[in-house]
Amino acid sequence: MNDRIIFDNVSKFYGEILGVNRVSLNIPPGITTLVGPNGSGKTTLMNLMTGLVQPSSGHVSVLGSQPSDATEFFRNVGYCTQFDSFPRGIVGWQFVLDSLLLHGMGKADAYRLTREALERARLGDAAGRKIAGYSKGMRQKIRLAQAIAHHPKVLILDEPLNGLDPVARAESLALFEELGRQGMHLIISSHILDEVDRISDRVILITGGYLVAEGNIHQVRKEVRDKPMQVLIRCDRPEVLASKMFAINHCVEARLHGDGKGVFLRTSDIDQFYSMLNGIAAEGIVKIDGVAPADDDANAIYQYLIGTDGGAS
Amino acid sequence: MTRMNAGAFVSRLRQLPWSLWWIQVRRMTLIELRRNLISWKASWIYFLAFVPALIITVHLLFDGHAASSMPEDTDILAGIVQFYYIRLGIFFGCLGIFSRLIRGEMVERSLHFYLLSPVRREILLLAKFAAGAISSLSLFVTAIAVDFVLMYVGYGSAGRDYVFNGPGLGQLEAYIVITTLACLGYGAVFLLLSMMFRNPTPAAMLVLGWEAINPVLPSLLQKLSVAAYLRHLMPLSIPGEGIFALLTVETEPVSAWAASIGLLILIAAVLAYSCYRIRTLEIRYTTE
Repeated sequence: MNDRIIFDNVSKFYGEILGVNRVSLNIPPGITTLVGPNGSGKTTLMNLMTGLVQPSSGHVSVLGSQPSDATEFFRNVGYCTQFDSFPRGIVGWQFVLDSLLLHGMGKADAYRLTREALERARLGDAAGRKIAGYSKGMRQKIRLAQAIAHHPKVLILDEPLNGLDPVARAESLALFEELGRQGMHLIISSHILDEVDRISDRVILITGGYLVAEGNIHQVRKEVRDKPMQVLIRCDRPEVLASKMFAINHCVEARLHGDGKGVFLRTSDIDQFYSMLNGIAAEGIVKIDGVAPADDDANAIYQYLIGTDGGAS
Repeated sequence: MTRMNAGAFVSRLRQLPWSLWWIQVRRMTLIELRRNLISWKASWIYFLAFVPALIITVHLLFDGHAASSMPEDTDILAGIVQFYYIRLGIFFGCLGIFSRLIRGEMVERSLHFYLLSPVRREILLLAKFAAGAISSLSLFVTAIAVDFVLMYVGYGSAGRDYVFNGPGLGQLEAYIVITTLACLGYGAVFLLLSMMFRNPTPAAMLVLGWEAINPVLPSLLQKLSVAAYLRHLMPLSIPGEGIFALLTVETEPVSAWAASIGLLILIAAVLAYSCYRIRTLEIRYTTE
């Protein structure tokens, strides 16, 4: 079986309004983050993946199958949408159980998977109450439970951290990370980039319906060559290091870390920068404790490529 | 060659997951019935179904029931079925029940849960139609049976004799067949309209108008009317007078079997087109 999610030159127009234009993607298993502002086409991409909207042109396939073959397709795909509404009057566990029964499985299996999904989503005793009385975070959790209950190979999550408190967010991220490690496809759109960034294997940046960049997050950052890269160097004498590095013409900015035990340096030639840094370390003038890129996260890349704060998405 | 093609076709049909589809239809129908049949929102449909029973009950309690007035009551019951149930009660009841199945879920923004389940959209549509049919038939067949009992119970032994030894049971059987076909026919039409229009009510009013002017249309167009077929199944023909004349469909004489089969073909055609429509249905709640 094909293990990719493929968009082949896909466009979607809502009347005269552009949803997405000529998107081609080949997404391997792992955790992929969709990043873009409101109305950029993230949800359209997710809806195209699952057949909730049809492409105006082009072709979408998920693990080699299409949503038109619903029986096969939705055995492998779970979609936690952003729509914050539920069938009227339904109780939490019944909502998950109903969706499992539609897979054609026996009642015993359906009940077992319902319990398992509710535990994984950490919904607790609330599962016995009507969803209409749930908080926003609990509604998010029950949607997640329903999406993962049948053990899909592809899990699509549209803003899954919305409405969750910090503890629940951390729990959800740990769950996503675990599912990603198990070889599952996770497609996540989120405006909480800093948190999602930690678990993402790759990023897809989209704005105005157009794909801006995609790939491994560090590779994408390297491709943005016109923006100097920022590096945080932890050391015992940051001001000395800053003055030394500033002598190099490709070092364009230096800023001391707030705790006084490091310096942020911005350079337009990262290879030469590391070479110089090694030289300074070898001289023994400064004791270097650690070096880490400070702006190859999704938020920074987003700002460079799209020009606004990713938090606005 | 043709025999080989037919064999391959039958073989392909056998390979389809019929048992899974049957399980899915049953479960989907049960889910729909649980959500839609027992609901306060449906109370106006209960009223539509049982208001004649209330009126007949008042007649039973306060009017005399001389044996000589039984033919008049029989005509009244036939008129209730012909003018009230077919043209108004079942028509608007089915509009309420069947237009809710797809459009109602879009308005409440919950249809996507079904479209994201491993159920073929055609199966989903047919299951929803089955749930609507069970709901409407439960209501209207029960209501007409209650009307029938209430109409004749006041006549005592004469009424029993009319029902069990006369034409009574045959008439009840015909009313049940008519009600069944009316529910299925209007149900199929309103299910389709609810997918085609954001607000299916104006379109339903056009259907009502179409049914009213049907008698003056050419014979071919008369075949595109639910009421025109049902008229041929009525055990008693009640000529319309005054305003009721507008609600009376006069069509070319057709046998009861031909009318039933004609209506079933019409229902199948409408459902087949609905299946085609639901395959391309998109979820865009913002436009609801």
